[in-house]
Amino acid sequence: MCGIVGLFLKDKSLEPELGALLSSMLVTMTDRGPDSAGIAIYGDASGNNAKITIQSANPKKDFAGLEAELGQAVGAPVTIQVKSTHAVITLAKDLLDTGKAAVSELRPNIRIMSSGDAIEIYKETGLPKDVVSRFAVNSMAGTHGIGHTRMATESAVTTLGAHPFSTGSDQCLVHNGSLSNHNNLRRELKREGMTFETENDTEVAAAYLTAEMAKGKNLGQALEGAVDDLDGFFTFVVGTKSGFGVVRDAIACKPAVMAETDQYVAFGSEYRALVNLPGIENARVWEPEPATVYFWDHQKVA
Amino acid sequence: MPVIDLATTPLRELNSALHNIQNGSNDLSFEVVNPRGSHSVAVGIDAPVTVDVKGSVGYYCAGMNDGGTVTVHGSAGPGVAENMMSGTVVIEGDASQYAGATGRGGLLVIKGNAASRCGISMKGIDIVVHGNIGHMSAFMGQSGHLVVLGDAGDALGDSLYEAKLFVRGSVKSLGADCIEKELRPEHLTKLAELLEKAGVSEVRPEEFKRYGSARKLYNFNIDNADAY
Repeated sequence: MCGIVGLFLKDKSLEPELGALLSSMLVTMTDRGPDSAGIAIYGDASGNNAKITIQSANPKKDFAGLEAELGQAVGAPVTIQVKSTHAVITLAKDLLDTGKAAVSELRPNIRIMSSGDAIEIYKETGLPKDVVSRFAVNSMAGTHGIGHTRMATESAVTTLGAHPFSTGSDQCLVHNGSLSNHNNLRRELKREGMTFETENDTEVAAAYLTAEMAKGKNLGQALEGAVDDLDGFFTFVVGTKSGFGVVRDAIACKPAVMAETDQYVAFGSEYRALVNLPGIENARVWEPEPATVYFWDHQKVA
Repeated sequence: MPVIDLATTPLRELNSALHNIQNGSNDLSFEVVNPRGSHSVAVGIDAPVTVDVKGSVGYYCAGMNDGGTVTVHGSAGPGVAENMMSGTVVIEGDASQYAGATGRGGLLVIKGNAASRCGISMKGIDIVVHGNIGHMSAFMGQSGHLVVLGDAGDALGDSLYEAKLFVRGSVKSLGADCIEKELRPEHLTKLAELLEKAGVSEVRPEEFKRYGSARKLYNFNIDNADAY
Protein backbone atom coordinates (compact mmCIF):
# COMPACT_ATOMS: atom_id res chain seq x y z
CA MET A 1 0.00 0.00 0.00
CA CYS A 2 2.14 2.91 1.31
CA GLY A 3 0.74 6.28 2.32
CA ILE A 4 1.72 9.63 0.90
CA VAL A 5 1.02 13.08 2.24
CA GLY A 6 2.04 16.49 0.98
CA LEU A 7 1.33 20.09 1.90
CA PHE A 8 2.21 23.19 -0.07
CA LEU A 9 1.41 26.39 1.78
CA LYS A 10 0.23 29.52 0.01
CA ASP A 11 -0.56 31.41 3.22
CA LYS A 12 2.60 32.51 5.03
CA SER A 13 0.81 32.62 8.38
CA LEU A 14 0.58 28.80 8.31
CA GLU A 15 4.34 28.32 7.83
CA PRO A 16 5.18 27.90 11.55
CA GLU A 17 2.63 25.04 11.64
CA LEU A 18 3.88 23.10 8.61
CA GLY A 19 5.65 20.39 10.63
CA ALA A 20 2.70 19.89 12.96
CA LEU A 21 0.17 19.68 10.11
CA LEU A 22 2.34 17.26 8.08
CA SER A 23 3.04 15.09 11.13
CA SER A 24 -0.66 14.72 11.83
CA MET A 25 -1.29 13.79 8.17
CA LEU A 26 1.56 11.27 8.25
CA VAL A 27 0.52 9.54 11.47
CA THR A 28 -3.02 9.12 10.09
CA MET A 29 -1.50 7.12 7.20
CA THR A 30 0.23 4.62 9.54
CA ASP A 31 -2.02 1.72 8.60
CA ARG A 32 -1.10 2.15 4.92
CA GLY A 33 2.58 1.68 5.79
CA PRO A 34 3.98 0.82 9.22
CA ASP A 35 7.47 -0.26 8.07
CA SER A 36 9.15 3.12 7.92
CA ALA A 37 8.38 6.79 7.57
CA GLY A 38 10.08 9.82 6.15
CA ILE A 39 9.48 13.47 5.70
CA ALA A 40 11.03 16.22 3.60
CA ILE A 41 10.57 19.78 4.82
CA TYR A 42 11.42 22.86 2.79
CA GLY A 43 12.36 25.78 5.02
CA ASP A 44 13.25 29.37 4.31
CA ALA A 45 15.64 29.51 1.34
CA SER A 46 16.07 33.29 1.25
CA GLY A 47 19.43 33.53 3.09
CA ASN A 48 22.94 32.85 1.87
CA ASN A 49 23.22 29.49 3.58
CA ALA A 50 22.70 25.96 2.28
CA LYS A 51 21.96 22.76 4.19
CA ILE A 52 23.16 19.17 4.11
CA THR A 53 21.13 16.57 6.02
CA ILE A 54 23.25 13.60 7.07
CA GLN A 55 22.39 10.30 8.74
CA SER A 56 24.50 7.88 10.71
CA ALA A 57 23.88 4.44 12.20
CA ASN A 58 26.31 5.46 14.95
CA PRO A 59 25.53 9.14 15.54
CA LYS A 60 27.43 9.54 18.82
CA LYS A 61 30.70 8.54 17.24
CA ASP A 62 30.19 10.03 13.78
CA PHE A 63 28.81 13.42 14.78
CA ALA A 64 31.35 14.05 17.58
CA GLY A 65 33.82 16.73 16.58
CA LEU A 66 32.45 16.92 13.05
CA GLU A 67 31.55 20.61 13.28
CA ALA A 68 35.15 21.68 13.96
CA GLU A 69 36.68 19.20 11.51
CA LEU A 70 34.30 20.18 8.73
CA GLY A 71 34.81 23.89 9.38
CA GLN A 72 38.52 23.38 9.03
CA ALA A 73 38.11 21.30 5.86
CA VAL A 74 36.00 23.91 4.05
CA GLY A 75 37.90 26.86 5.52
CA ALA A 76 34.83 28.59 6.94
CA PRO A 77 32.58 28.18 9.95
CA VAL A 78 29.76 25.60 9.71
CA THR A 79 27.08 24.71 12.24
CA ILE A 80 25.70 21.25 12.91
CA GLN A 81 22.39 20.62 14.58
CA VAL A 82 22.06 16.98 15.68
CA LYS A 83 18.61 15.38 15.75
CA SER A 84 18.77 11.74 16.82
CA THR A 85 20.35 9.76 13.95
CA HIS A 86 20.29 12.78 11.64
CA ALA A 87 22.11 16.09 11.65
CA VAL A 88 21.70 19.24 9.60
CA ILE A 89 24.87 21.00 8.51
CA THR A 90 24.44 24.68 7.66
CA LEU A 91 27.13 26.36 5.59
CA ALA A 92 27.57 29.09 3.00
CA LYS A 93 25.82 28.35 -0.31
CA ASP A 94 29.01 28.47 -2.37
CA LEU A 95 30.59 25.84 -0.09
CA LEU A 96 27.85 23.24 -0.60
CA ASP A 97 29.74 20.94 -2.98
CA THR A 98 33.02 21.29 -1.09
CA GLY A 99 31.14 20.56 2.14
CA LYS A 100 29.50 17.40 0.74
CA ALA A 101 32.84 16.09 -0.49
CA ALA A 102 34.46 16.88 2.87
CA VAL A 103 31.70 15.07 4.81
CA SER A 104 32.16 11.95 2.67
CA GLU A 105 35.91 12.08 3.24
CA LEU A 106 35.82 12.80 6.97
CA ARG A 107 33.07 10.29 7.78
CA PRO A 108 32.80 7.67 5.02
CA ASN A 109 30.01 5.85 6.93
CA ILE A 110 27.70 8.85 7.00
CA ARG A 111 24.87 8.97 4.47
CA ILE A 112 23.89 12.23 2.86
CA MET A 113 20.08 12.32 2.88
CA SER A 114 19.63 15.61 1.07
CA SER A 115 21.31 18.86 0.23
CA GLY A 116 20.22 22.22 -1.07
CA ASP A 117 19.08 25.68 -0.05
CA ALA A 118 15.83 24.67 1.63
CA ILE A 119 15.39 20.89 1.97
CA GLU A 120 15.85 18.72 5.06
CA ILE A 121 14.98 15.00 4.99
CA TYR A 122 14.36 12.78 8.00
CA LYS A 123 13.61 9.10 7.54
CA GLU A 124 13.90 5.95 9.59
CA THR A 125 12.35 2.53 10.00
CA GLY A 126 9.59 2.25 12.58
CA LEU A 127 6.12 3.59 13.14
CA PRO A 128 5.38 7.07 11.73
CA LYS A 129 4.48 8.45 15.18
CA ASP A 130 7.87 7.38 16.54
CA VAL A 131 9.72 8.77 13.54
CA VAL A 132 8.07 12.20 13.72
CA SER A 133 8.63 12.49 17.47
CA ARG A 134 12.25 11.34 17.19
CA PHE A 135 13.02 14.22 14.85
CA ALA A 136 10.63 16.72 16.48
CA VAL A 137 8.95 17.28 13.10
CA ASN A 138 5.99 18.80 14.96
CA SER A 139 7.91 21.94 15.79
CA MET A 140 9.38 22.51 12.32
CA ALA A 141 8.39 25.47 10.19
CA GLY A 142 8.53 25.58 6.41
CA THR A 143 6.90 26.50 3.14
CA HIS A 144 6.06 23.00 1.86
CA GLY A 145 6.79 19.38 2.62
CA ILE A 146 6.02 15.78 1.73
CA GLY A 147 5.90 12.60 3.77
CA HIS A 148 5.64 8.87 3.27
CA THR A 149 4.67 5.82 5.28
CA ARG A 150 6.11 2.70 3.71
CA MET A 151 4.80 -0.82 3.29
CA ALA A 152 7.88 -2.35 1.68
CA THR A 153 7.40 -4.28 -1.56
CA GLU A 154 10.31 -3.85 -3.96
CA SER A 155 13.28 -3.64 -1.56
CA ALA A 156 14.44 -4.10 2.02
CA VAL A 157 13.08 -2.39 5.14
CA THR A 158 16.06 -0.18 5.93
CA THR A 159 16.60 3.49 6.66
CA LEU A 160 17.89 4.05 3.15
CA GLY A 161 14.96 2.16 1.66
CA ALA A 162 12.58 4.62 3.32
CA HIS A 163 11.19 7.52 1.31
CA PRO A 164 11.61 10.39 0.40
CA PHE A 165 14.46 9.85 -2.06
CA SER A 166 16.59 12.82 -2.96
CA THR A 167 18.88 12.54 -5.97
CA GLY A 168 19.40 16.21 -6.77
CA SER A 169 19.78 19.52 -4.98
CA ASP A 170 16.51 20.47 -3.23
CA GLN A 171 14.69 17.64 -5.06
CA CYS A 172 12.84 14.75 -3.52
CA LEU A 173 10.23 12.17 -4.45
CA VAL A 174 7.85 9.81 -2.65
CA HIS A 175 6.08 6.92 -4.34
CA ASN A 176 3.13 4.64 -3.80
CA GLY A 177 3.21 1.67 -6.16
CA SER A 178 5.88 -0.44 -7.79
CA LEU A 179 7.89 -0.02 -10.97
CA SER A 180 8.57 -2.95 -13.27
CA ASN A 181 11.35 -1.55 -15.46
CA HIS A 182 13.53 -0.07 -12.73
CA ASN A 183 16.48 -2.45 -13.21
CA ASN A 184 16.86 -1.61 -16.87
CA LEU A 185 16.36 2.08 -16.25
CA ARG A 186 18.93 2.00 -13.44
CA ARG A 187 21.49 0.55 -15.86
CA GLU A 188 20.77 3.29 -18.40
CA LEU A 189 20.95 6.03 -15.79
CA LYS A 190 24.25 4.65 -14.45
CA ARG A 191 25.61 4.90 -17.96
CA GLU A 192 24.59 8.56 -17.94
CA GLY A 193 26.57 9.06 -14.74
CA MET A 194 23.89 8.80 -12.02
CA THR A 195 24.84 6.96 -8.82
CA PHE A 196 22.56 4.80 -6.67
CA GLU A 197 22.62 3.92 -2.99
CA THR A 198 19.91 1.23 -2.91
CA GLU A 199 18.15 -1.41 -4.99
CA ASN A 200 14.92 0.52 -4.50
CA ASP A 201 12.63 1.19 -7.48
CA THR A 202 11.70 4.63 -6.17
CA GLU A 203 15.30 5.79 -6.13
CA VAL A 204 15.35 5.05 -9.87
CA ALA A 205 12.31 7.27 -10.41
CA ALA A 206 13.94 10.09 -8.44
CA ALA A 207 17.18 9.70 -10.38
CA TYR A 208 15.26 9.62 -13.67
CA LEU A 209 13.70 13.01 -12.90
CA THR A 210 17.06 14.47 -11.80
CA ALA A 211 18.70 13.22 -15.02
CA GLU A 212 15.91 14.62 -17.20
CA MET A 213 16.10 18.01 -15.48
CA ALA A 214 19.89 17.99 -15.90
CA LYS A 215 19.18 17.80 -19.65
CA GLY A 216 17.33 21.10 -19.40
CA LYS A 217 13.72 20.02 -18.82
CA ASN A 218 11.72 21.69 -16.09
CA LEU A 219 10.04 19.48 -13.49
CA GLY A 220 6.72 19.53 -15.32
CA GLN A 221 8.34 18.27 -18.53
CA ALA A 222 10.33 15.65 -16.61
CA LEU A 223 7.14 14.36 -14.97
CA GLU A 224 5.43 14.15 -18.35
CA GLY A 225 8.35 12.04 -19.58
CA ALA A 226 7.97 9.79 -16.53
CA VAL A 227 4.47 8.82 -17.65
CA ASP A 228 5.97 7.39 -20.87
CA ASP A 229 9.29 6.03 -19.62
CA LEU A 230 8.40 4.46 -16.28
CA ASP A 231 6.53 1.16 -16.42
CA GLY A 232 4.43 0.07 -13.47
CA PHE A 233 2.09 1.56 -10.93
CA PHE A 234 2.82 4.88 -9.40
CA THR A 235 1.49 7.88 -7.64
CA PHE A 236 4.42 10.28 -7.24
CA VAL A 237 4.56 13.41 -5.15
CA VAL A 238 7.67 15.49 -5.72
CA GLY A 239 9.18 18.53 -4.09
CA THR A 240 11.58 21.12 -5.47
CA LYS A 241 13.05 24.24 -3.89
CA SER A 242 9.87 26.21 -4.45
CA GLY A 243 7.52 23.68 -6.05
CA PHE A 244 5.25 20.74 -5.39
CA GLY A 245 4.08 18.26 -8.04
CA VAL A 246 1.86 15.20 -8.40
CA VAL A 247 1.60 12.61 -11.18
CA ARG A 248 -0.06 9.20 -11.52
CA ASP A 249 0.46 6.50 -14.15
CA ALA A 250 -2.13 5.96 -16.88
CA ILE A 251 -3.86 3.08 -15.06
CA ALA A 252 -4.04 5.14 -11.85
CA CYS A 253 -5.02 2.36 -9.48
CA LYS A 254 -2.94 3.80 -6.63
CA PRO A 255 -5.16 6.14 -4.65
CA ALA A 256 -4.79 9.92 -4.52
CA VAL A 257 -6.88 12.78 -3.17
CA MET A 258 -6.08 16.46 -3.44
CA ALA A 259 -7.50 19.52 -1.74
CA GLU A 260 -6.98 23.19 -2.45
CA THR A 261 -7.98 26.31 -0.54
CA ASP A 262 -6.70 29.90 -0.56
CA GLN A 263 -4.25 28.80 2.14
CA TYR A 264 -2.75 25.58 0.77
CA VAL A 265 -2.66 22.66 -1.65
CA ALA A 266 -2.69 19.27 0.07
CA PHE A 267 -2.22 15.70 -1.08
CA GLY A 268 -3.18 12.47 0.67
CA SER A 269 -3.43 8.81 -0.30
CA GLU A 270 -6.79 8.97 1.44
CA TYR A 271 -9.16 11.75 2.45
CA ARG A 272 -8.59 10.73 6.11
CA ALA A 273 -5.11 12.28 5.92
CA LEU A 274 -6.61 15.68 5.12
CA VAL A 275 -9.39 15.95 7.71
CA ASN A 276 -7.40 17.93 10.29
CA LEU A 277 -6.33 20.66 7.86
CA PRO A 278 -7.82 24.10 8.51
CA GLY A 279 -10.85 24.89 6.35
CA ILE A 280 -10.94 21.42 4.76
CA GLU A 281 -14.77 21.48 4.92
CA ASN A 282 -14.81 24.21 2.28
CA ALA A 283 -11.80 23.08 0.24
CA ARG A 284 -12.02 22.01 -3.39
CA VAL A 285 -11.37 18.26 -3.12
CA TRP A 286 -10.67 16.14 -6.19
CA GLU A 287 -8.97 13.01 -7.45
CA PRO A 288 -6.02 13.71 -9.78
CA GLU A 289 -6.54 12.38 -13.31
CA PRO A 290 -4.31 9.56 -14.62
CA ALA A 291 -1.21 10.50 -16.65
CA THR A 292 -1.73 14.17 -15.81
CA VAL A 293 0.89 16.41 -14.23
CA TYR A 294 -0.18 18.78 -11.44
CA PHE A 295 2.33 21.36 -10.29
CA TRP A 296 2.42 24.38 -8.00
CA ASP A 297 5.32 26.78 -7.53
CA HIS A 298 5.82 29.48 -4.91
CA GLN A 299 7.54 31.63 -7.50
CA LYS A 300 4.35 31.59 -9.57
CA VAL A 301 1.98 31.94 -6.61
CA ALA A 302 3.90 34.92 -5.17
CA MET B 1 -33.33 8.21 15.81
CA PRO B 2 -29.92 6.88 16.90
CA VAL B 3 -27.10 9.34 16.18
CA ILE B 4 -23.68 7.73 16.03
CA ASP B 5 -20.69 10.03 16.39
CA LEU B 6 -17.69 8.32 14.85
CA ALA B 7 -15.38 10.79 16.64
CA THR B 8 -16.31 9.03 19.91
CA THR B 9 -17.91 5.71 18.91
CA PRO B 10 -15.88 2.92 17.30
CA LEU B 11 -16.96 2.03 13.76
CA ARG B 12 -17.56 -1.57 14.81
CA GLU B 13 -20.35 -0.43 17.15
CA LEU B 14 -22.11 1.35 14.29
CA ASN B 15 -21.90 -1.66 12.01
CA SER B 16 -22.93 -4.07 14.80
CA ALA B 17 -25.97 -1.91 15.56
CA LEU B 18 -26.93 -2.00 11.87
CA HIS B 19 -26.44 -5.79 11.69
CA ASN B 20 -28.43 -6.49 14.87
CA ILE B 21 -31.69 -4.88 13.79
CA GLN B 22 -34.53 -7.26 14.60
CA ASN B 23 -37.75 -7.71 12.67
CA GLY B 24 -40.32 -5.17 13.82
CA SER B 25 -37.76 -2.75 15.24
CA ASN B 26 -38.79 0.90 15.25
CA ASP B 27 -35.27 2.30 15.15
CA LEU B 28 -34.80 2.15 11.42
CA SER B 29 -33.19 5.55 10.84
CA PHE B 30 -29.58 6.20 11.76
CA GLU B 31 -27.52 9.35 11.52
CA VAL B 32 -23.73 9.09 11.41
CA VAL B 33 -21.72 12.21 12.19
CA ASN B 34 -17.96 12.91 11.97
CA PRO B 35 -17.13 10.08 9.55
CA ARG B 36 -13.89 11.96 8.63
CA GLY B 37 -13.04 9.58 5.81
CA SER B 38 -13.52 6.36 7.85
CA HIS B 39 -13.43 3.07 5.99
CA SER B 40 -16.26 0.51 5.80
CA VAL B 41 -19.01 2.79 7.12
CA ALA B 42 -22.40 1.00 7.07
CA VAL B 43 -21.21 -2.17 5.37
CA GLY B 44 -23.22 -5.38 5.32
CA ILE B 45 -26.68 -3.91 5.99
CA ASP B 46 -29.38 -6.55 5.45
CA ALA B 47 -32.49 -4.73 6.72
CA PRO B 48 -34.58 -1.85 5.36
CA VAL B 49 -32.77 0.81 7.41
CA THR B 50 -31.98 4.38 6.46
CA VAL B 51 -28.51 5.72 7.22
CA ASP B 52 -27.56 9.37 6.71
CA VAL B 53 -23.81 9.97 6.85
CA LYS B 54 -22.99 13.64 7.45
CA GLY B 55 -19.58 14.04 5.84
CA SER B 56 -17.11 12.20 3.61
CA VAL B 57 -16.28 8.52 3.89
CA GLY B 58 -13.27 6.38 2.92
CA TYR B 59 -13.07 2.93 1.35
CA TYR B 60 -15.98 0.51 0.87
CA CYS B 61 -18.86 2.53 2.34
CA ALA B 62 -22.19 0.65 2.12
CA GLY B 63 -20.52 -2.43 0.70
CA MET B 64 -22.72 -5.53 0.27
CA ASN B 65 -25.80 -3.44 1.07
CA ASP B 66 -28.97 -5.57 1.00
CA GLY B 67 -32.09 -3.46 1.34
CA GLY B 68 -30.73 -0.40 3.16
CA THR B 69 -30.86 3.23 2.05
CA VAL B 70 -27.52 4.92 2.67
CA THR B 71 -26.96 8.59 1.84
CA VAL B 72 -23.49 10.11 2.10
CA HIS B 73 -23.72 13.89 2.49
CA GLY B 74 -20.16 14.29 1.25
CA SER B 75 -17.81 12.34 -1.00
CA ALA B 76 -16.94 8.65 -0.97
CA GLY B 77 -13.58 6.89 -1.30
CA PRO B 78 -12.80 3.79 -3.39
CA GLY B 79 -15.26 0.90 -3.62
CA VAL B 80 -18.47 2.57 -2.48
CA ALA B 81 -21.48 0.19 -2.62
CA GLU B 82 -19.24 -2.61 -3.82
CA ASN B 83 -21.20 -5.83 -4.33
CA MET B 84 -24.56 -4.22 -3.43
CA MET B 85 -27.41 -6.78 -3.49
CA SER B 86 -30.42 -4.44 -3.18
CA GLY B 87 -31.41 -1.09 -1.70
CA THR B 88 -30.21 2.41 -2.53
CA VAL B 89 -26.94 4.26 -2.00
CA VAL B 90 -26.75 7.99 -2.75
CA ILE B 91 -23.49 9.97 -2.78
CA GLU B 92 -24.13 13.70 -2.71
CA GLY B 93 -20.53 14.51 -3.68
CA ASP B 94 -17.97 12.63 -5.79
CA ALA B 95 -17.06 8.96 -5.69
CA SER B 96 -13.58 7.52 -6.08
CA GLN B 97 -12.52 4.43 -8.03
CA TYR B 98 -14.66 1.33 -8.70
CA ALA B 99 -17.95 2.66 -7.35
CA GLY B 100 -20.63 -0.05 -7.46
CA ALA B 101 -18.14 -2.75 -8.49
CA THR B 102 -19.64 -6.25 -8.90
CA GLY B 103 -23.04 -4.95 -7.70
CA ARG B 104 -25.83 -7.49 -8.12
CA GLY B 105 -28.83 -5.23 -7.58
CA GLY B 106 -30.14 -2.01 -6.09
CA LEU B 107 -29.51 1.57 -7.15
CA LEU B 108 -26.34 3.64 -6.73
CA VAL B 109 -26.69 7.37 -7.38
CA ILE B 110 -23.61 9.59 -7.54
CA LYS B 111 -24.56 13.25 -7.71
CA GLY B 112 -21.03 14.44 -8.43
CA ASN B 113 -18.42 12.69 -10.58
CA ALA B 114 -17.21 9.11 -10.35
CA ALA B 115 -13.57 8.17 -10.97
CA SER B 116 -12.16 5.24 -12.93
CA ARG B 117 -13.70 1.75 -13.16
CA CYS B 118 -17.19 2.85 -12.11
CA GLY B 119 -19.40 -0.25 -12.27
CA ILE B 120 -16.54 -2.62 -13.04
CA SER B 121 -17.90 -6.18 -13.36
CA MET B 122 -21.44 -4.99 -12.56
CA LYS B 123 -23.87 -7.90 -12.31
CA GLY B 124 -27.34 -6.35 -12.09
CA ILE B 125 -26.89 -3.08 -10.21
CA ASP B 126 -28.24 0.19 -11.64
CA ILE B 127 -25.84 3.14 -11.40
CA VAL B 128 -26.76 6.75 -12.20
CA VAL B 129 -23.96 9.34 -12.23
CA HIS B 130 -24.99 12.99 -12.52
CA GLY B 131 -21.46 14.08 -13.50
CA ASN B 132 -18.62 12.35 -15.37
CA ILE B 133 -17.05 8.92 -15.01
CA GLY B 134 -13.38 7.92 -15.39
CA HIS B 135 -11.56 5.40 -17.55
CA MET B 136 -12.32 1.66 -17.77
CA SER B 137 -15.85 2.09 -16.45
CA ALA B 138 -18.19 -0.92 -16.72
CA PHE B 139 -15.20 -3.12 -17.60
CA MET B 140 -16.55 -6.70 -17.90
CA GLY B 141 -20.03 -5.46 -16.97
CA GLN B 142 -22.43 -8.41 -17.05
CA SER B 143 -25.87 -6.96 -16.41
CA GLY B 144 -27.60 -3.88 -15.03
CA HIS B 145 -27.56 -0.26 -16.22
CA LEU B 146 -24.97 2.49 -16.06
CA VAL B 147 -26.42 5.94 -16.77
CA VAL B 148 -24.01 8.88 -17.09
CA LEU B 149 -25.29 12.42 -17.51
CA GLY B 150 -21.80 13.80 -18.15
CA ASP B 151 -18.83 12.40 -20.07
CA ALA B 152 -17.08 9.03 -19.95
CA GLY B 153 -13.29 8.48 -19.94
CA ASP B 154 -11.19 6.03 -21.96
CA ALA B 155 -12.11 2.42 -22.71
CA LEU B 156 -15.76 2.54 -21.68
CA GLY B 157 -17.28 -0.94 -21.46
CA ASP B 158 -14.13 -2.89 -22.27
CA SER B 159 -14.90 -6.64 -22.54
CA LEU B 160 -18.54 -5.91 -21.83
CA TYR B 161 -21.16 -8.65 -21.54
CA GLU B 162 -24.83 -7.63 -21.20
CA ALA B 163 -24.72 -4.50 -19.02
CA LYS B 164 -26.43 -1.55 -20.74
CA LEU B 165 -24.57 1.75 -20.79
CA PHE B 166 -26.19 5.15 -21.44
CA VAL B 167 -24.02 8.26 -21.76
CA ARG B 168 -25.36 11.76 -22.39
CA GLY B 169 -22.02 13.49 -22.92
CA SER B 170 -18.92 12.48 -24.83
CA VAL B 171 -17.12 9.16 -24.61
CA LYS B 172 -13.34 9.49 -24.83
CA SER B 173 -12.96 5.99 -26.26
CA LEU B 174 -14.78 2.66 -26.29
CA GLY B 175 -13.10 -0.46 -24.92
CA ALA B 176 -12.68 -3.73 -26.80
CA ASP B 177 -15.98 -5.18 -28.05
CA CYS B 178 -18.05 -2.17 -26.87
CA ILE B 179 -20.14 -0.45 -29.57
CA GLU B 180 -22.82 2.19 -29.84
CA LYS B 181 -26.27 0.66 -30.18
CA GLU B 182 -29.72 1.80 -31.18
CA LEU B 183 -31.81 3.48 -28.46
CA ARG B 184 -35.12 1.62 -28.78
CA PRO B 185 -38.44 2.48 -27.04
CA GLU B 186 -37.88 -0.05 -24.25
CA HIS B 187 -34.54 1.62 -23.48
CA LEU B 188 -36.17 5.06 -23.37
CA THR B 189 -38.74 3.72 -20.93
CA LYS B 190 -36.08 2.16 -18.72
CA LEU B 191 -33.96 5.34 -18.85
CA ALA B 192 -36.93 7.51 -17.87
CA GLU B 193 -37.59 5.19 -14.92
CA LEU B 194 -33.94 5.26 -13.75
CA LEU B 195 -33.68 9.04 -14.12
CA GLU B 196 -36.80 9.53 -12.06
CA LYS B 197 -35.59 7.15 -9.35
CA ALA B 198 -32.28 9.01 -9.24
CA GLY B 199 -33.96 12.38 -8.80
CA VAL B 200 -32.95 13.71 -12.22
CA SER B 201 -35.36 16.12 -13.87
CA GLU B 202 -35.07 18.30 -16.97
CA VAL B 203 -33.01 15.65 -18.74
CA ARG B 204 -34.75 13.66 -21.47
CA PRO B 205 -33.93 10.00 -22.22
CA GLU B 206 -33.55 10.94 -25.91
CA GLU B 207 -30.42 12.93 -25.04
CA PHE B 208 -28.43 9.74 -24.30
CA LYS B 209 -26.58 7.31 -26.51
CA ARG B 210 -26.63 3.60 -25.73
CA TYR B 211 -23.53 1.41 -25.68
CA GLY B 212 -23.34 -2.34 -25.37
CA SER B 213 -21.42 -5.46 -26.26
CA ALA B 214 -20.72 -6.41 -29.87
CA ARG B 215 -20.68 -9.97 -28.48
CA LYS B 216 -17.67 -10.92 -30.53
CA LEU B 217 -15.35 -11.62 -27.64
CA TYR B 218 -17.31 -13.28 -24.94
CA ASN B 219 -17.16 -16.70 -26.45
CA PHE B 220 -13.64 -17.49 -27.56
CA ASN B 221 -13.30 -17.70 -31.31
CA ILE B 222 -9.86 -18.17 -32.79
CA ASP B 223 -10.69 -15.73 -35.60
CA ASN B 224 -10.95 -12.94 -32.99
CA ALA B 225 -7.62 -13.70 -31.29
CA ASP B 226 -6.13 -10.42 -32.51
CA ALA B 227 -8.79 -8.40 -30.71
CA TYR B 228 -7.96 -9.72 -27.25
